[in-house]
Amino acid sequence: MYVAVKGGEAAIANAHRLLASRRRGEADVPGLTLAQIAGQLSLAVDRVMGEGSLYDPELAALAIKQARGDLIEAVFLLRAYRTTLPRFGHSEPVDTGAMLVERRISAVYKDLPGGQLLGPTFDYTHRLLDPALAGDAPLDAPETAADTGEKVIRVSDILGDEGLIEDDPATDVSRPVADITRTPMEFPMERDARLQTLARGDEGFLLALAYSTQRGYARSHPFAGEIRIGEVDVEVMIPELGFAVVIGRVKLTECQMVNQFKGSSKAPPQFTRGYGLVFGQAERKAMAMSLCDRALRASELGEDITAPAQDEEFVLSHCDNVQSTGFVEHLKLPHYVDFQAELDLVRRMRAEYFAKAAARDDDAASDDAKEAAE
Amino acid sequence: MAHTPASTTIYEGGFVDPVGASQTGFRALMDAMARPGSIHVLPDVTAPPAPLTASAAALIATLADADTPVWLDPALTKTVAVRDWIVFHTGAPITAHQSEAAFAVVAAPEKLSALNGFALGTQEFPDRSTSVILQVATLTEGVALMLEGPGINGRASLAPDPLPQHFAAQWMANRQAFPRGIDLILAAPGAVAALPRSTRLTRSEA
Amino acid sequence: MTAQATDAPQQALASYNFAYLDEQTKRMIRRAILKGIAIPGYQVPFASREMPMPYGWGTGGVQVTAAIIGPDDVLKVIDQGADDTTNAVSIRAFFAKTAGVATTTATPDATIIQTRHRIPETPLKAGQVLVYQVPIPEPLRFLEPRETETRKMHALEEYGLMHVKLYEDIARNGRIATTYAYPVKVEGRYVMDPSPTPKFDNPKMHQSEALQLFGAGREKRIYAIPPHTDVVSLDFEDHPFEIQHFEEPCALCGAEQVYLDEVVLDDKGGRMFVCSDTHHCESRRAEGHRGALLGDEPVFGTTPVGDKEPAI
Repeated sequence: MYVAVKGGEAAIANAHRLLASRRRGEADVPGLTLAQIAGQLSLAVDRVMGEGSLYDPELAALAIKQARGDLIEAVFLLRAYRTTLPRFGHSEPVDTGAMLVERRISAVYKDLPGGQLLGPTFDYTHRLLDPALAGDAPLDAPETAADTGEKVIRVSDILGDEGLIEDDPATDVSRPVADITRTPMEFPMERDARLQTLARGDEGFLLALAYSTQRGYARSHPFAGEIRIGEVDVEVMIPELGFAVVIGRVKLTECQMVNQFKGSSKAPPQFTRGYGLVFGQAERKAMAMSLCDRALRASELGEDITAPAQDEEFVLSHCDNVQSTGFVEHLKLPHYVDFQAELDLVRRMRAEYFAKAAARDDDAASDDAKEAAE
Repeated sequence: MAHTPASTTIYEGGFVDPVGASQTGFRALMDAMARPGSIHVLPDVTAPPAPLTASAAALIATLADADTPVWLDPALTKTVAVRDWIVFHTGAPITAHQSEAAFAVVAAPEKLSALNGFALGTQEFPDRSTSVILQVATLTEGVALMLEGPGINGRASLAPDPLPQHFAAQWMANRQAFPRGIDLILAAPGAVAALPRSTRLTRSEA
Repeated sequence: MTAQATDAPQQALASYNFAYLDEQTKRMIRRAILKGIAIPGYQVPFASREMPMPYGWGTGGVQVTAAIIGPDDVLKVIDQGADDTTNAVSIRAFFAKTAGVATTTATPDATIIQTRHRIPETPLKAGQVLVYQVPIPEPLRFLEPRETETRKMHALEEYGLMHVKLYEDIARNGRIATTYAYPVKVEGRYVMDPSPTPKFDNPKMHQSEALQLFGAGREKRIYAIPPHTDVVSLDFEDHPFEIQHFEEPCALCGAEQVYLDEVVLDDKGGRMFVCSDTHHCESRRAEGHRGALLGDEPVFGTTPVGDKEPAI
């Protein structure tokens, strides 16, 4: 005899209680503070802000804590919060040329105005685990140089002055800048919407696609023209005042990829651009983004579309990790109604298959018998 | 709902309870659109400047915002306060071009010559069309239209007045453009009905 | 700064709007719903928002419900036909909390029914709205992955590819091997995905008394079928559409001509079949119908599940 089981609500409540306990970990170990996460896991915080499209280190730290360090879950938490925020307006374009740079490197010039500035990078560290970090030993204070006041000219501007690199694609100023959070995707996608989509796309997904372009799937001969990390002012135009006011500063990573280009029926030989701009310090993401952006400019530049990274619908429809994680993980939800339908079909088809096979065997057997008799 | 006196300034006469009023207004309209020919009560919760009526004002306040350009017919354009009231209460930009409008509000339907000047959408995106709100005096006392199509069990009738000139022919042309076309929202005193583009007119009968 | 960080989300929690979504988002969704109703079966793009539940877990249905629901509505939420599946419980609780609406498990009492994968067995009536959660709204998606292409096909009413696919099924398997998300044609124009309901439920969509709304959050599409609208499952003259048939009635309530779930009873091949629509099953049992395996309310000492050989 069978009695149906109920108890979904109690099961959910209990699971959430257990989750809260597992999140906290051992009770005799001090809990993490948001300041610790924001200060000491700052690159995780930057990634969550970038893919969560909300610049707020404290909230991102909270999301990371709440998500037990699962960064995609943290991105999701931040997005779900962001979507409820009222929208007051939009900022003026930020001027990365006026960035207060903390790091600035170029792989195409040995030296250049503003200099090469390594900044806080893992580059040239030897990846040897450091047992000292298990403790909390005091550190030497970082060296700082005096501000020379020299303008840190963007490499793309240096190339642009000589006409060697294409101009930034002209923007139609009469058209409002796209906002992918408020309009559904439509293909073909304009570059503003594409860059927004890439900027909050999953770092791992974009990294793999960028890598594929280097291995010949839409090779674009890239040079890291410039990577710069630092703070920029965010300005908002106040119509009542008639001028823009600074409402705050954000840290950004910008990557200008310079790509050799032989020319096509649509464009002369020149260097072309791939662009990456991401919240916080996120160099790998900005570089991957700029390679993907360049690959996705294929049809604009008259190149053949042969590789996954050039396929606009493929790349842009699948780079959002909040969407992809939701849909992949929804397979955990019950599907037994559909499975029942498939079970029924497969059983019927198997029955027919074996009935036919048996009939064939019978025919074959009687043929054998005939042959034997002949 | 007590009748609210007409506002003296454009800043008054909007929804007192925007969340509740727009939900109620929307459900009435959704049901009207889902069952062409049916008439749904629309509570009098706005007090716009004339000649904009309370029901048309409630519908536009329910539907329009900064993302939806609104076109006003000459009868409404004449009164600056109407335009200002809509802009203040919805944030919608007013457009002079029918083909750019997401919504149109028409105070004098009988003077509206052509329906096909509005955005009809495209074959790929038929939803990019104008929804036209007609202010009518009645939904039951005009010439009866016999309706067929999705949302209608067999046949329905509706008798709005006034309607645009040569309405039957114009509506037939609109229906023939399907899936492109405009949708009509009929705002009567205290009530709303709708004719989505999917509705077919059969012979008008007395 | 730290104080702000901890305060901010709490303030926001306190100020969530009725039914969670802000009014501007609701307006945008409402406009899409109206267009969907006016163009039955056409997928209207809408600027779907991130919701506090994951994409793929009903965000489209939740957004549609949030945009239409009012304080007087009575909400029922089902998943796989059941009111007590975990995700149905979770979504019902979400609306009870954010909109303060009454909820029910009784199909006739509900004004809005949000569903995943089933249409209730009890016929719906005028005034009810059935809101479907849709994972992949595009019926042609698995034949043509590109949106630019499928959009053209819908524009040109070019559905040959779908017929070819179904016909290949017949050629290979002797029958159309689509058992759920079985494509339909709406009012003779748009081919539409009914969401992953079993094809058993397709006939219920045809000329329904209720308004049917479909929300796909991740794919950012809303579509609709007004009441009294023709919804025809695609088929061929020599291979007409047919629904699943079960060989035995529900083991708990004895219902026939309903969709059944298979329940595994033991490791010896024991199976039973019970109503997937839990409300339908419960109300039949309350009326005194008894299936072959209906047990009494559990009391100490009764035989646990699976100890007896099922009568199958």
